[in-house]
Amino acid sequence: MNEHLIMYPIIVHLITAILLLFFWMKPSFQYYISVVGSAIGIIISAILFQYVWANGIQSIQLSNWEAPFGITMVADTLAVILVLLTNIVAFALSIFSTENMVSSRVKFGYHAIFHFLIMGLCGAFLTGDLFSLYVWFEVIIISSFVLLTIGGRKDQIEGAMKYFTLNMLASIIFLTGIAMLYGVAGSLNMADLSRIIPEIENRGIVRTISFIFFVGFGVKSAIFPLYFWLPASYHTPPTSVSALFAGLLTKVGVYAMIRIFTLLFPLDEVSQVVFMVIAGLTMFIGGIGALVQKDILKTFSYLIICHIGFMVGGLSLFTEVAIAGAVLYMFHDILVKSTLFMTGGVLYRIFGLTKLSRMGGLMDSHPKLSLLFAIPLFAVVGVPPLSGFWPKVSLFFASYVNGNVFITILFIFASLITLVIVAKIWNAVFSKKYEKIERDDSFRYFNEFNFKEKLSYILPIIILVGVTLYYSFFAENFQVAADRIANELISTEQYYNAVFKLN
Amino acid sequence: MEVLLAITTGILYASGIYMILRRSLVKLIIGIVILGNGVNLLIFLMGGLTEGSPALIADSGEILEGIYADPVPQALILTAIVISFGLQSFAIVLIKRAYKVLGTDDTDNLNKTDSII
Repeated sequence: MNEHLIMYPIIVHLITAILLLFFWMKPSFQYYISVVGSAIGIIISAILFQYVWANGIQSIQLSNWEAPFGITMVADTLAVILVLLTNIVAFALSIFSTENMVSSRVKFGYHAIFHFLIMGLCGAFLTGDLFSLYVWFEVIIISSFVLLTIGGRKDQIEGAMKYFTLNMLASIIFLTGIAMLYGVAGSLNMADLSRIIPEIENRGIVRTISFIFFVGFGVKSAIFPLYFWLPASYHTPPTSVSALFAGLLTKVGVYAMIRIFTLLFPLDEVSQVVFMVIAGLTMFIGGIGALVQKDILKTFSYLIICHIGFMVGGLSLFTEVAIAGAVLYMFHDILVKSTLFMTGGVLYRIFGLTKLSRMGGLMDSHPKLSLLFAIPLFAVVGVPPLSGFWPKVSLFFASYVNGNVFITILFIFASLITLVIVAKIWNAVFSKKYEKIERDDSFRYFNEFNFKEKLSYILPIIILVGVTLYYSFFAENFQVAADRIANELISTEQYYNAVFKLN
Repeated sequence: MEVLLAITTGILYASGIYMILRRSLVKLIIGIVILGNGVNLLIFLMGGLTEGSPALIADSGEILEGIYADPVPQALILTAIVISFGLQSFAIVLIKRAYKVLGTDDTDNLNKTDSII
């Protein structure tokens, strides 16, 4: 019975989405179903986390086809924590979308697609089969296409064209990798593959396949030089959609990368160097890109790219401390990037645009909001004791001990450039004097909102900032979890034994 | 037969990538469709070709005997074809919409969301 728990986070969102389809014509009622569904999702994934934390890695064979013949779902500590964080972000965003999504968009099934997307994310984190990982990725991207284009504004369609082409191409590259891997290994179960791949004699083809996977996941996680779709599309949809994408979509690519390159193709010296150089360039280019942007949402988009470099860099060092740091960074990034984009959404409502040069004076006009917005902004830099600080300790330490001065310098450079960007945003939005611009009468500004509307904008930010603060002040708990995850990732026997029920 | 299929796959990949690199949106979608077909063929080929012996258990037997075609790649292709069909139909609607809204099908003109304003 208890192993069925693994499927529940997926089923909750599936049922919520199907239920929402029945209320297609009643947009006002959909909000409640969506919020309740996400709340149940949090409870279920918390129970799953509790269970896996107490009893170790769990697995379930779908339709009772024994591994490696059937599809296996595996819940290890990394997967369940990511599912929990996904559900927390989804809950916050389902509250945020109640007012942020105008009803003309809700009419086209926004909430249903939203829950299909969350279902896809939970599935991608929990699956233990390479082909089913591909299928979950497709569930994610088809939902994200719809969310990106819903409403059909001009720049949305243009951003969606770029997003669509590159993500579709990434899926094709990923599928090519799967086909070639099946050709040489004859299995697609990840635990099974972790035993077959080291025994393949033709190492050249194994390396080729591993780099095909690297390119496929690289597009999805927006590493240099494959990131161009991200800043071209993330600022175009309504902010509740871009907050969802920013927090979770690139992270699922990084998750797949961490999973594949610890379990199937453990990094050797050559691929470590490649990963390290790519991670360094990602941090460098992302940081420089963010520095020159004049639009707040685009600045945040480039910051996402910059910080993907931390996770890939942590993976490239391939020691237990570094992987723990990368995983910790991922948890922090999921929370903070979603919060930042929601903050951007509120700023858009306050000022009526997203250009940094036309904002200002928020400290005088909204002092309490400024205090709230300061927390995610400082957390993203890593001001101690906020959440960005703790993973960076692990990453700096691991890279320095390893003797990789190159990546240490780039970690420090990326942190520094993030500080410069946050200082620039702080100056432009909070402390600069506000020059009044002509108000658009058809636009509903934040100050004209009633209490309920204001609450729906601010409450989700408070929830996520609360989780970030918990992370910051009780980082010890997260560090313990990350150490355990790193141990599970490096010594793959635990994963193998859990799938094949050997104890 | 395998060599022929391998060459066909190669041609499909090459022409798909060539079409994606063209400037027209319609050719871009055609390129993605061709590339998708190339991948499906690759999966099929990677299972190995076995002619005339499907993976069916005879009435008299309990297990499969002798050489039989690998059923896994066939199942994989079926899934992949359905998924790519869905995505391609979305893509075709998207380019139709993009042509209407943006008034161009030249990808060189699609640079509004990239520029620093």
